[in-house]
Amino acid sequence: MKLITAIVKPHRLDEIKDALQRFGVQGLTVSEASGYGRQRGHTEVYRGAEYTVDLVPKIRIEVVVEDDDAESVMDVLVQGARTGKIGDGKVWSVPVDAIIRVRTGERGAEAL
Amino acid sequence: MASAITTLAADAPTLSAANTGFMLICSALVMLMTPGLAFFYGGMVRVKSSLNMLMMSFISLGIVTILWVLYGFSLAFGTDSGSLIGWSSDYVGLSGIGITELWDGYTIPVYVFAVFQLMFAVITPALISGALADRVKFSAWALFSALWVTVVYFPVAHWVWGAGGWLFELGVIDFAGGTAVHINAGAAALGVILVIGKRVGFKRDPMRPHSLPLVMLGAGLLWFGWFGFNAGSWLGNDDGVGAVMFVNTQVATAAAMLAWLAYEKLRHGSFTTLGAASGAVAGLVAITPSGGSCSPLGAIAIGAIAGLVCAMAVGLKYKFGYDDSLDVVGVHLVGGVIGSLLVGFFATGGVQSDAAGLFYGGGLEQLGKQAIGVFSVLAYSLVVSAVLAFLLDKTIGMRVTEDDEVSGIDQVEHAETAYDFSGAGGGASSRSTAAHAPAAAASKKVDA
Repeated sequence: MKLITAIVKPHRLDEIKDALQRFGVQGLTVSEASGYGRQRGHTEVYRGAEYTVDLVPKIRIEVVVEDDDAESVMDVLVQGARTGKIGDGKVWSVPVDAIIRVRTGERGAEAL
Repeated sequence: MASAITTLAADAPTLSAANTGFMLICSALVMLMTPGLAFFYGGMVRVKSSLNMLMMSFISLGIVTILWVLYGFSLAFGTDSGSLIGWSSDYVGLSGIGITELWDGYTIPVYVFAVFQLMFAVITPALISGALADRVKFSAWALFSALWVTVVYFPVAHWVWGAGGWLFELGVIDFAGGTAVHINAGAAALGVILVIGKRVGFKRDPMRPHSLPLVMLGAGLLWFGWFGFNAGSWLGNDDGVGAVMFVNTQVATAAAMLAWLAYEKLRHGSFTTLGAASGAVAGLVAITPSGGSCSPLGAIAIGAIAGLVCAMAVGLKYKFGYDDSLDVVGVHLVGGVIGSLLVGFFATGGVQSDAAGLFYGGGLEQLGKQAIGVFSVLAYSLVVSAVLAFLLDKTIGMRVTEDDEVSGIDQVEHAETAYDFSGAGGGASSRSTAAHAPAAAASKKVDA
């Protein structure tokens, strides 16, 4: 199994959720995040005083899927998140050793 | 206030129900400016000191109201003594005034005049507080404002508006408080911050406004209330001067907002919300002394000049290194000076007074009088306010400790915080669970 994490622009969340649902992903976790990539942040001006805001708002989406689906789900995430502009984000995957559904105690693929 | 209504000079004035009603509404409008100011300032500070900023304005409604009734009205508008101060024992505690007794030469009761002027006295020290954001003990601020109105505001109000006051007798035009309110408060702010020093992290840490919507709300309330402040200052509207002032207030404010925004767009690339709010306030300040004496076109010019110059002036604190937190000097002092001096250029000679400015064939005379008014009030307020701050700092101390300032003045001074950001997923839980045991224990201790 793989944990796929995507850090993307907040306004792409609905697109991504729909695309994942169409693909058949059963569940996901979304959290608010902030950070910056190569584009850094932006500048704000208050009565002429300029402030550089480094950390820009992002969302983090986490999905656990079976190994065979991992590449496809990453593609779905990338397509859903892409606007073509700077700051679209990153998607990555890492191996998952074990997973348990809390309610039933099922393990592995059964728990997804 | 405005000079006597000449058209009624022949007959003794009688109580006008229309003017009395109008002035009671104007008084209520001016009252609204103080909470408006609280929001205007409160939104501009960081989250951790937003309540303190609101309170520094709000407390003025308590302290100054009581002092005004006890002796302030008497000092400002009592019988003149040496052109410097007034005193009438009937006015002490507002106890010797008949309910239908009219204010001298006008058609409104003394009580109405007293309460209208009270609202001016309330907002003036509140204006100062914007320069002191984040760092002053609330008790020291409360004491300062009580002393300040006593030794600065009440006498200056007498100089400018009181019968026999030396600036009034000189012929200085201050229709609704450019000198007595804005220059007075702006100069006081400068005097105090030169004594108490900068905020921790000034020019180093980001000090962004925490809520621009609050700033806009406050600016909107100020703009609304300012119609009472300005249009009411003729103490009636028998001859239309109050209506001219209403129009001028609106157009000057509009022009100032646009000028500030244009400057910002050219200089910094964006039309900012804070710029719109600040420009509007700069226009309101500048038209306050001048709006009774100029035409609507003159008011547009005065507003535009004020918007532009104040937008430039707010940067001075970074250049000179004094920490005027919310630009009381840049907006109120500079705006007040501009508005007061521009009377000397734009007075048409046919509205509030016969005195005409340079652009209307009046020569330099009125400009000279305005300059005397501006600089005498500026110097007096600056020096006395600095001395007051110095004395308070040496006795009870003006500032909170550096640790308290960094962690947030709201918690230290008011035992409150403005917003509850705790608890992911919908705010703090009130349920007493195992995880909340320490907090529950602490609150029990307080109860016991």
